[in-house]
Amino acid sequence: MQIFPFLVVAWIVAVGLYGLVTSRDLIHQIVCLIVVQSSTYVLLLAVGYVTGGIAPYFYDISPHTTAVDPVVQALALTDVVVEAAVTALLLSFAIQAHKRFGTLDPHQLAEFKG
Amino acid sequence: MTPRQRLCLFAVAIAGLVACYLWAFSGLPGFGRYPGPYGNVILKNAITQTNSTGVVSTINFEYRGFDTVGEEFILFASAAGMSVVLRRLRGEHDTSPFDEAANRQLPRTSGPLRIVTLLLAGPLVLLGWWLATHAQANPSGGFQGGVVIATGIMAVYLSGEFLAFRRLRPAAVLDAAEAIGAGGFVLTGIAAVAQDLPFLYNFIPLGTVPGAVSSGGTIALISFCVGIEVAAAFVLIIGELLDQTLLRSTGSSTGGSTGRGTGKAGR
Amino acid sequence: MIPNALMDTLQVTALVLVAAGATVVVLTRDRIRLVLVLSVYGMLLAILFFVFQAPDVTLSELTVGAVALPLILLLAIAKVRKRPEQ
Repeated sequence: MQIFPFLVVAWIVAVGLYGLVTSRDLIHQIVCLIVVQSSTYVLLLAVGYVTGGIAPYFYDISPHTTAVDPVVQALALTDVVVEAAVTALLLSFAIQAHKRFGTLDPHQLAEFKG
Repeated sequence: MTPRQRLCLFAVAIAGLVACYLWAFSGLPGFGRYPGPYGNVILKNAITQTNSTGVVSTINFEYRGFDTVGEEFILFASAAGMSVVLRRLRGEHDTSPFDEAANRQLPRTSGPLRIVTLLLAGPLVLLGWWLATHAQANPSGGFQGGVVIATGIMAVYLSGEFLAFRRLRPAAVLDAAEAIGAGGFVLTGIAAVAQDLPFLYNFIPLGTVPGAVSSGGTIALISFCVGIEVAAAFVLIIGELLDQTLLRSTGSSTGGSTGRGTGKAGR
Repeated sequence: MIPNALMDTLQVTALVLVAAGATVVVLTRDRIRLVLVLSVYGMLLAILFFVFQAPDVTLSELTVGAVALPLILLLAIAKVRKRPEQ
C-alpha cells in the first residue's frame, strides 16, 4: 500500500502512451491523450494524502482535525476543467484535417506535406 | 519505418520511462505520509485569515489567485481559438445543403428522455448558480458551477428541442458573457492595485461568521465571475461543434423531431 | 470515523478499477464505443477521487469527464463520419 498508487500511475501512463503510438485514428489518439492526463490527477492526489485525514472543509468540524493536503486538490481542480477545453481545441484541428485531407489516419496524414 | 520497428523502439523507450518513474517514486515518503510544510501551514491559518471554511477554493482564488487567472485565460483562449478555426471552415463550404433521403422515417426522441431532461434543465442551472456562489463555505466553486450551468443548457438540446437550444445561445451574448467573466476577475485584481494594494489583494471586508455567504471577501466575487466564464465557454464550444455537424446536413435527421429544413448556413 | 483498514480496501479497489478502465479505453477501437467507455472511465475516476477525500475534484471530474467531454467527442465524431454515398 505504500507505493501501490504510484504503480497504478506508471501503468496508466504506459498504457496511454502505448495507445497513442499504435493508434490508426486521430480521435482515438486524442482519447489516449486524455487518459495520460488523467494519470497526473491521480498522482497529485496520491502525493497529498494523509492517512486518517478528512477532506479540508471545516464548515461544521473543528478546524484542528487532521486534513489532507488542500494545495494539490486546488491544482487538480482547475486542471480537470481546462483539459476539456483544450481537448475540444484539438478536436477542432482534427476536424480541419479531415476536411482538408479526407482521412483521419495519422500514418497517411504524415505523408502529406504542407 | 514499419509498424513493427516502431513498436520495438516504443518498447525500449517505455521501459526506460517506467524505470525512471519507479526510481523517482522510491524517493517519496510513501503513500499517506505527507511531510510537506506548505499544506499544514495553510490549514492552520486559512480560516483565521480569510474567514472562509472552504480551504481549497481559498487557495484557488486567494492564495494562488494569480495561477487561476492564467488557467482561466487558457480556457478563454481555447474557446476563442475553436470559434476562429471552425468559423473559417464554415466560410469555405457555403454550398447549399440538400436532403439526401427525404422520405426517410425520422426517429422521435423518446418520451421519458424528453420529460426528464426538460424537467432537469432549470434545476441544473439553479444548482450551478448555487455552486458558483458558495465557494467560500462548501465543496463548490466557480469551475464546477460553470460546468453544471452549461450542462443544464445542454439538456435542452438532449431533449430534442433543437431550435429552442439554438435560441438559447445567441453569439453576442455568449461572447459578452465570456468577456465579462474573464475581465471581471482581472478587474477585481486591478481594483486592489488602484487602492495601493498588491494585485488581487482581498480588500472587501471579510464577514464575521466563518463560512457564511458574506464571508471571504473577494473570493465569492471571483468565483462568480469564473462560473459565468466557464459556462459561456462550454456552451460556445458545444454550439460551434453542433453548427459544424449541421453544416452539410441541414434538412436531414439531426435534431430529432424538429430539425427539418431550417436551411441556415452560418449565423 | 472510518477505520483505516476499510479505507485502505476501498482505495485499493478504486485504484484497480481505474487501471482496468484505462486499459479498456485504450484497447477500444470503435469510435462510438470509445465515447461510452470514456464516460464510464470518468465515473470511475470520480469514485477514486471521492475515496481520496477530495469532493471538489470529484464534482469537477463528474461533470466534465462523464458529461461534457463525451458530448464534445460525440459531436466531433458525427462531423467526421463517412456519409453514405448515393
